[in-house]
Amino acid sequence: MKIEVLGSGCARCNQLEKDVINALAELDIAADVSKVKDISKIMAYKVMSTPALVIDGQVKIAGRVPSKKELHNIIKEATE
Amino acid sequence: MGFFQWLNDQLLKMEWLSDLIRNLVENVFGLDITTRLGGSIHFFIYDVIKIFILLAVLIFTISYIQSFFPPERTRAIIGKYKGFWANLFGALLGTITPFCSCSSIPLFIGFTSAGLPIGVTFSFLISSPLVDLASVLLLASIFNWKIAIAYVLAGLILAVVSGTIISKLKLEGYVQPFVYGDGSMEYVAENMGTRERLYFSKTQVMDIVGRVWIYILIGVGIGAAIHNWVPQEIISAVLGQDKWYSVLVATIVGVPMYADIFGTLPIAEALVFKGVGIGTVLSFMMGVTALSLPSLILLSQVVKPRLLTVFFTLVTIGIIIMGYTFNAISHFLI
Repeated sequence: MKIEVLGSGCARCNQLEKDVINALAELDIAADVSKVKDISKIMAYKVMSTPALVIDGQVKIAGRVPSKKELHNIIKEATE
Repeated sequence: MGFFQWLNDQLLKMEWLSDLIRNLVENVFGLDITTRLGGSIHFFIYDVIKIFILLAVLIFTISYIQSFFPPERTRAIIGKYKGFWANLFGALLGTITPFCSCSSIPLFIGFTSAGLPIGVTFSFLISSPLVDLASVLLLASIFNWKIAIAYVLAGLILAVVSGTIISKLKLEGYVQPFVYGDGSMEYVAENMGTRERLYFSKTQVMDIVGRVWIYILIGVGIGAAIHNWVPQEIISAVLGQDKWYSVLVATIVGVPMYADIFGTLPIAEALVFKGVGIGTVLSFMMGVTALSLPSLILLSQVVKPRLLTVFFTLVTIGIIIMGYTFNAISHFLI
């Protein structure tokens, strides 16, 4: 699974990246997590508000940091 | 009317809180609030608590509404309109779309690459920091409803007129080339349930309060100082109603400053109390919120200097005109 956190370095983007890494550890799921800071790459996902969460090329969240529970659900759903 | 007045005084103006703090200052600190020190302390504690309570309640409510209008959806709505109506909807949606200056660049690119005219995007970018629902209610709380509504109208007119002029000037060529995309409006709609919206609203409150508390403390501090320590004569000499240059001074001081609208409100409150014209005060507030060095630096990444200059000049002139107009009609407002 490939997880990308989109955001050009705002505080909430760092928060989301940290949350994702924690969630993966708690769920014991392996994934390749990366951060996308380049604005043209962010725009390629048709996202205008950051932070955004992209799993395997699909935008799951845009413009907010989800709650821990929602994040867990999103990641679990994506692994199924 | 009596009941509405009571609601307005107690909930928006929080007169109960003013009385409470007055008791605290007089009985616990043993200071008379008509003295300088007592008055400053009363103003500071009362204003800080009032602004934080209003801020938390308002941001929560407004974030809930905003969660229905992500920028992607806003763009699709604006895209349905042409000409003046597109500018008007850009300005109106700017007031409710969640926005922080850190997202102005993706927003600018997102709007422009989808084929929206740059003038419409500027209408949005001008109204977004200038007019938001929370600041309107705070204005109503500190001053009155007439001033709050006049401020909204002024902000919207400024956004629509500046955006329309930018459209008419055909400055599309002064946008950095990488901004233009395939003109597609397609976007990913994400599903949020009530639980997610409530969580979003809660995080927005913590986020915004965490970001602006320092501006509020500084703003209230300056307000308290103006209120009680700066002599009336100095303020009258620089910003007095009868001085033709008062609006110019307020705008020139306000424009380079970067602060949140919530931090400028207590300063505005103190200035009005000292007899400064309402138009002069509104010019200062608009200058601080609509234009700032950080936002201009961000914008310079996506637009060429000429367009940036046009934008800056139009908004500055607009703010000055608003200031003089409001001063001229101020007797209808206060």
